[in-house]
Amino acid sequence: MYGKIREDFKKKLRHIKEDGLFKDERVITSAQGVEIALSDGKRILNFCANNYLGLSNNDKMMKSAQKTLDERGYGMSSVRFICGTQDIHRELENKISEFLGTEDTILYSSCFDANGGLFETLLSMQDAVISDSLNHASIIDGIRLCKAMRFRYNHGDMDDLEEKLKEAGNKGAHYKLIATDGVFSMDGDIAKLDKICDLAEKHDALVMVDDSHSTGFIGKTGRGTAEHFSVMDRVDIITTTFGKALGGASGGCTSGRKELIAMLRQRSRPYLFSNALAPMIVGATLAILNELSNTTSLRDQLEKNTKYFRKNMTAAGFDIKPGVTPIVPIMLYDARLAQDMASDLLERGIYVIGFSFPVVPKGEARIRVQLSAAHEKEHLDKAIEAFTESGKKFGVLK
Amino acid sequence: MDEMQKAVLEYVENEYLEDDDEELEVDTPLISGGIVDSFSMVSLKRFLENKYNISIPDEKATPEAFDSVNNICELVKEFI
Amino acid sequence: MSFSKSIRELYQQEIKEIQGQGIFKEERFIHAPQAADIEVEFPTGASLKKVINMCSNNYLGLSSHPDVIKAAHEGLDHRGYGMSSVRFICGTQDIHRELENKMTEFLGTEDTVLFPSCMDANAGVFEAILNENDVMISDRLVHASIIDGIRLCKAQHDTYKHSNMSHLEQKLELHADKRLKVIITDGVFSMDGDTAKMDEIVALAEKHDALVFVDDSHSSGFIGKTGRGTHEQYNVLGKIDIITTTFGKALGGASGGCVSGRKEIVELCRQKARPYLFSNTMAPVIVSGVIRVLDILSQSTERRDKLEENANYWRKGLTDAGFVLKEGDTPIVPVMLFNAKLSQDFSKDLYQEGIYAIGFFFPVVPKGQARIRTQISAGHEKHHLDKALEAFIKVGKKYDILGKTKKEIIDVYGM
Repeated sequence: MYGKIREDFKKKLRHIKEDGLFKDERVITSAQGVEIALSDGKRILNFCANNYLGLSNNDKMMKSAQKTLDERGYGMSSVRFICGTQDIHRELENKISEFLGTEDTILYSSCFDANGGLFETLLSMQDAVISDSLNHASIIDGIRLCKAMRFRYNHGDMDDLEEKLKEAGNKGAHYKLIATDGVFSMDGDIAKLDKICDLAEKHDALVMVDDSHSTGFIGKTGRGTAEHFSVMDRVDIITTTFGKALGGASGGCTSGRKELIAMLRQRSRPYLFSNALAPMIVGATLAILNELSNTTSLRDQLEKNTKYFRKNMTAAGFDIKPGVTPIVPIMLYDARLAQDMASDLLERGIYVIGFSFPVVPKGEARIRVQLSAAHEKEHLDKAIEAFTESGKKFGVLK
Repeated sequence: MDEMQKAVLEYVENEYLEDDDEELEVDTPLISGGIVDSFSMVSLKRFLENKYNISIPDEKATPEAFDSVNNICELVKEFI
Repeated sequence: MSFSKSIRELYQQEIKEIQGQGIFKEERFIHAPQAADIEVEFPTGASLKKVINMCSNNYLGLSSHPDVIKAAHEGLDHRGYGMSSVRFICGTQDIHRELENKMTEFLGTEDTVLFPSCMDANAGVFEAILNENDVMISDRLVHASIIDGIRLCKAQHDTYKHSNMSHLEQKLELHADKRLKVIITDGVFSMDGDTAKMDEIVALAEKHDALVFVDDSHSSGFIGKTGRGTHEQYNVLGKIDIITTTFGKALGGASGGCVSGRKEIVELCRQKARPYLFSNTMAPVIVSGVIRVLDILSQSTERRDKLEENANYWRKGLTDAGFVLKEGDTPIVPVMLFNAKLSQDFSKDLYQEGIYAIGFFFPVVPKGQARIRTQISAGHEKHHLDKALEAFIKVGKKYDILGKTKKEIIDVYGM
């Protein structure tokens, strides 16, 4: 009986609009790529996709998706343990374990689900989870579903982490798990995994890293943040996605200690109650991992692009969060300014998004630029030029 | 059977038993026996809190503590 | 790293316990597209065996349908492989909008929003639209993903006995003081194959001023005379406020799901539902496949009609042979065996006979209600069903359960 409730919901929506938080979706009429087409026919350069390696529309991956579609069909219409497991699902799990240097791997429909089904399965009421304050929403939801004691440490603050580890110990936590993003999506900074692993050993805790914004390009062969810090054998659990650098379609996984993975296969709710990954995505992800195991040329190109862009934007006078990842936050601090400048840049053919509270802290509004290996020098130059002109217009250059 | 056991037993029978289920005893396992699922325990908890004017903290409302009419009465007595 | 020997042993112990209870899930590797006839490696390393699949959600036989595969190819060619983005950043293509509009039209609702899965739709919808002054009143047998959605939402919650309308009404009266009341049910219950009494639920909702939520994952595409779902079957089209459903079962079986219903509710999901805001958009290749599926289903009811015919034929065959079935009229046909071990042994013997069907037992179904759940598909031909029936009868004879009542089976095998 909807009736008067409609008015109530209408009011809620009005509030969202008044607060300037209403999300409008921009309709794209082409494949994902460096250059995309909008519904009004306009073509723009995309600097806001997670298409870090430029694989979302890559020929080789497309061919393997096509081939798997023909050989293995469109969908499995089943969860994994009933009749949704093909030989290629196992092959992909093994391939990921090899790529990440872990003991075993379990696939999920998304990394959101991997995080959602992780904590509750492995930790009970007597255990503790200690989580970075800026972790991704899916980690937060996973922790909300879990009965373990919860502790939150200030973002990247190792002293605070140690405090919380001690506190958990004092409260009698049986097992302790430290949870962190590998690369933080809004700031582009990297968790200090070496120090986190040291603290974990000192205080007898497990380490969990969400490498969604790292897998495929962070570390000298793209294995992720654990490789970047040379702690590949010291991280117990890695979750990651195929929805960003690794082709960008969908799917994710949890990879790590084999007993933990075995437990997830038996008990993790999103694994037990959601569909098996579609065959063509499995096939294409396999092809991508084979390619990335053979050559580092894409992540090398991305690194080169990142350095070039960061260097030239800094030289142009922009205030940029320092870092080495392809997530480059251009700090503007004021929410309205971030929105206006993003709109201005779109007029100039550059697609970027302004982020403000509550996605980032109040007074830290920014435009987040995400680089891709598929960006050519001319694309980067065009973006830098547009940014510079726009920056002058709004008077934000140093 | 005391008053409290009687009241709880009656509530559980009305709230959870299907027509063809067998009769309950005060020590019949409710949750481990599959009669009450842990998710549906919430209405039982609310019933106890209202009837006895108590508040049972979530960490005390474990499946073990709710696993039989006897256990439930023990738990309630802690808070009265 | 502090994955010490003791932690490893702890988890090893827990896995052993699961194995000891006989509820360890072993996956069977399929070396073929999903279909009625598949080739399976089971146990791991065994040579491939050709079996008839009687346990998939491929109700309409569209999971490997050439037209759907062709549409997926076109999606790949024209819209690429992945979007590498959430919807509201740069993950919305024209075809995402097209699919949302097509679903709205198909379900007869006001608007639709896509999710990566129906699990995510259910996990996100309640938190997006309800607060602590509201109450969610759910059927006791709703799907696990709805339970997770309820757990993530701050609104109060309560449950009613499975499909028990007078108990539901009691609960509606009990919660009369709440700001919003939402009745939450599956359309078709996946383990029993029965349908929710949507007409009575809607009547109660109107009487007590409540919203109605239904998860039609095991209905969309084939329940109701043109396959719109349980709301069509019970003549309450347009009266359901929130429908969630999946593209991972009858509608192609790849992945993805949606929330469809009142336009303000859908818009609030777009603005606030966490799995929508924080997880990838549906891949273009899957979107174009589903669009084609909806076109196929809107043009003709041939596939759902054949499914209905198959399901009736299968139910009648099993009943005539003397099996105890859960009553119902959906393609989910549970063959009741009551005892957990018997259900597993039965499933193994069926596999030897070339029939792939799974036994379910506690905690997936209530204690003492173990069963083989068979699921019929429009992709089954009569010869598949006849062969499966033959195998069921052979194994049924072996365990001497044909023509036996529930009580007689339990007397021999126990609960």
